[in-house]
Amino acid sequence: MQIKVRLHGVFRIGRFKEEVRDVPSGMTARAVVEQLQIPTRQVGTVLIGGVHAGIDDQLPDGAVLSILPILGGG
Amino acid sequence: MAALEEFLASQATGDLLPWSAQRAAMARFDLGCAQVEAAALAAGLLPARYQRNRTTISTAGQLKLLRSSVAVVGCGGLGGYAIEQLARLGVGRLVVIDPDRFEEHNLNRQLLSTLAELGRAKVEAAERRVAAINPAVAVTPHRVALDATNGAALLAGVEVVIDALDSIPVRLELSQACASLGLPLVHGAIGGWYGHVATQLPGDRIIDQLYGGAIEPRGVEQELGNPSFTPAVIASLQVAEACKVLLGEGLLLRGRQLHVDLWSMEFVELSPGPPCR
Repeated sequence: MQIKVRLHGVFRIGRFKEEVRDVPSGMTARAVVEQLQIPTRQVGTVLIGGVHAGIDDQLPDGAVLSILPILGGG
Repeated sequence: MAALEEFLASQATGDLLPWSAQRAAMARFDLGCAQVEAAALAAGLLPARYQRNRTTISTAGQLKLLRSSVAVVGCGGLGGYAIEQLARLGVGRLVVIDPDRFEEHNLNRQLLSTLAELGRAKVEAAERRVAAINPAVAVTPHRVALDATNGAALLAGVEVVIDALDSIPVRLELSQACASLGLPLVHGAIGGWYGHVATQLPGDRIIDQLYGGAIEPRGVEQELGNPSFTPAVIASLQVAEACKVLLGEGLLLRGRQLHVDLWSMEFVELSPGPPCR
């Protein structure tokens, strides 16, 4: 299946802003994160189709997956 | 109080009250700065320091701000800028909370940190700074770390809370305390060139959505650090949100998260559905 991955913030450095990717059916957001070699501890917000999702949620065909880094500084 | 109103009216230029007249009224009637300011605003006179607020914030709005109370939790990068702006805005009472003292590594970004303040308590620096800017603003300093046991007591009586913390677990505790008190929470966080802002009203769960899955107590700022400009941008957005909450005007970042990327100079609004109930 095809999904669109949107990266935000520091995750874009050395990767991309937006990319259409072919992935196996039933793939989770976590698997995409690992494929992109993003450390899981750095992942903050995960949106699937613009809606807050869990990192272990499965991606439907045609999903738009947005991955944002976790920001904790003040 | 009629004598005070008469005196203020006699000293005003149009509807503007200069600082010299405000001071003269304080001396003549043996009143504090905030008392004279409240009397002036109630009489439709605008202290001259606020004249550039005019039309953005009405005289009635200015009185509302003077009678308002905001807690700033964390007096570092975000907190320093937030306190500065709230004091200049004319918010009458600020509760400032931070257990720390200034250290050398704060100097690159924390507005209240100076060489002279190194080793001194951040909340006390906040108190001195506000007194130097706007003596109508009363500061209540708490040199403690907010936690699940003291949060409700520290925040009691305020109308809005600004999250300027640097710890994810404490943010979750602050959110809990605000939920239990029914308080609006204006959240901001930074890391490197990046930051985000969101406003959580009672019943909303944006902080849980943002941080519920956190593995570590800190985010990517551990690797990226924080430069001078990022806290200034994010704190300014937070103060704009707090101002709107206090005035009951404008459109809030509710159920929305504003992601700020100063590297690409992009402001992206993420609208992950209606606020959770």
